[in-house]
Amino acid sequence: MGSLPVRAALLSVMFLAVFVAAWHLATLPTTVGAPMDPEYAKLMGATATQGKSAMPTPRDVGVAIVSHLVDPFFDRGPNTKGIGIQLGYSIARVLLGFSLAVIIGVPLGFVIGMSPLMHRALDPFIQVLKPISPLAWMPLALYSIKDSALSSIFVIFICAVWPLMINTAFGVASVRREWLNVARTLEVGVWRRSLAVILPAAAPTILTGMRISVGIAWLVIVAAEMLVGGTGIGYFVWNEWNNLSLSNVITAILFIGAIGMALDQGLAWCGRLVSYAE
Amino acid sequence: MRPLISVEGLAKRFPPRQGGDAAVAVFEDVWFAVGEGEFVCLIGHSGCGKTTILNVLAGLEEASAGVVLVDDAEISGPSLDRAVIFQHHALLPWLSVERNIAFAVRSRWPSASRDETQQRIQRAIGLVKLTGAEKKRPAELSGGMKQRVGIARALAIEPRMLLMDEPFSALDALTRGNLQDEVARLCAETNQTTFMITHDVDEAMLLADRILLMTNGPRARIAEIVVNTVPRPRRRHDLHRHPAYYPLRNHVIDFLIERSQQARDAPAGDPRHPPVVRPGDAPPIPQTMEVIR
Repeated sequence: MGSLPVRAALLSVMFLAVFVAAWHLATLPTTVGAPMDPEYAKLMGATATQGKSAMPTPRDVGVAIVSHLVDPFFDRGPNTKGIGIQLGYSIARVLLGFSLAVIIGVPLGFVIGMSPLMHRALDPFIQVLKPISPLAWMPLALYSIKDSALSSIFVIFICAVWPLMINTAFGVASVRREWLNVARTLEVGVWRRSLAVILPAAAPTILTGMRISVGIAWLVIVAAEMLVGGTGIGYFVWNEWNNLSLSNVITAILFIGAIGMALDQGLAWCGRLVSYAE
Repeated sequence: MRPLISVEGLAKRFPPRQGGDAAVAVFEDVWFAVGEGEFVCLIGHSGCGKTTILNVLAGLEEASAGVVLVDDAEISGPSLDRAVIFQHHALLPWLSVERNIAFAVRSRWPSASRDETQQRIQRAIGLVKLTGAEKKRPAELSGGMKQRVGIARALAIEPRMLLMDEPFSALDALTRGNLQDEVARLCAETNQTTFMITHDVDEAMLLADRILLMTNGPRARIAEIVVNTVPRPRRRHDLHRHPAYYPLRNHVIDFLIERSQQARDAPAGDPRHPPVVRPGDAPPIPQTMEVIR
């Protein structure tokens, strides 16, 4: 009967086949209505003249994907860039904003986790700021930074920083007391204790925070780029909507999913590197 | 014998619970000393504050009253001179055996060369017979092996005093016995000053020079100091053959079962000098008898 992974993979392929078949059936051409004047027909799309479905068929999307994969990095002017370039912009923004969030959120979380006083003092701010949709910051960012690209990076930063800070603080605060006591009886200084005991002990929790953060950042970048425009996969999606090219929109959706998965799996792999069994 | 560490008038009180009026003292007016090279065990029931006393000696907790003197100077906080072997080994699980010990060695000798550090690590691992397991993580070791690493880590920094908090209580009987033998051997070889908390009478009789008997809490204090009358070297398998074994053992067990409660409520003598008893100590044999033999 085969092992569990093999059976699961078979089942996955089957689900995909069923979905594509249903999609195919739903987008079959319909019968054309009354014959048109040829001049008029030229003005109309294939939907009106040949009964082609307005929704792209699996085949249309397949062709679009292949065309994007064959030439992902072309650049023919501001509105005609390959999907690779657009994804590259988005990934760069997410990584920049995320790195900024790590640089600021992890040390701050460390302080909050180590000091009950700071925890209590900063908690009200965190609780109020955390649930704000990152896009609500956009006007403020655009006004004060005066640069749309930097503003989108700021928005990524602000959405990624909270889970990082909160998870770091939690991880640091819940380091086992006996490990800290070991460090105390060995007269280990505060820096060495932080780096050699607390950081590795909290690392799995911090990595979980990073995974959550990068996931949110990748969700938000699409919306941010739709607002800001210019470049990026979010802008690409909106642009293709304005072009009424739904096959390109669907292609972009699939790429967004794939990249999001890759980011998450990358951090999951890092998480396994720092995990430990007690 | 010059006391290396002396405990004077130690007490631990907790603020009263709601409705209560006075602070509750777990233990009060605890006085004792541990001499250089001596092995002292503290026995008592749960709740008499044994672990708190050890933590105060280690510098991890503060007493409500009283002082701990090392070389006649009051201690303030933990020190590399007083190594602790924790009840649950407390190894850092993300580090290998070798690096757990290295963490301690580098704390003691931060500027030692790589070779010297490595030598000290190897010596400590050899001492507890764990050679070959250097690269393993704690999760890959059995309970007994983990505790061996804990012992190696404590010995590696060559402390003036070793503090052990029921180090074998989480182990199965067979492993516990083997480790007790090892500790007896190590302490004898290195003449290590040791203070150990236990509730295992046989363990105390195997290892200790003196056994401090603590009354029940709250308001626990040291009721008696029992001198271990079984001479060294002691070995686990023939300890019970010595004539002093049963008198000593019965004395301690009688105390734990019957007298630990009464002793607390009985009028206390001088808390600085609890009665010293030597159960099973045969009266000295007259010289003349010796000659006749």
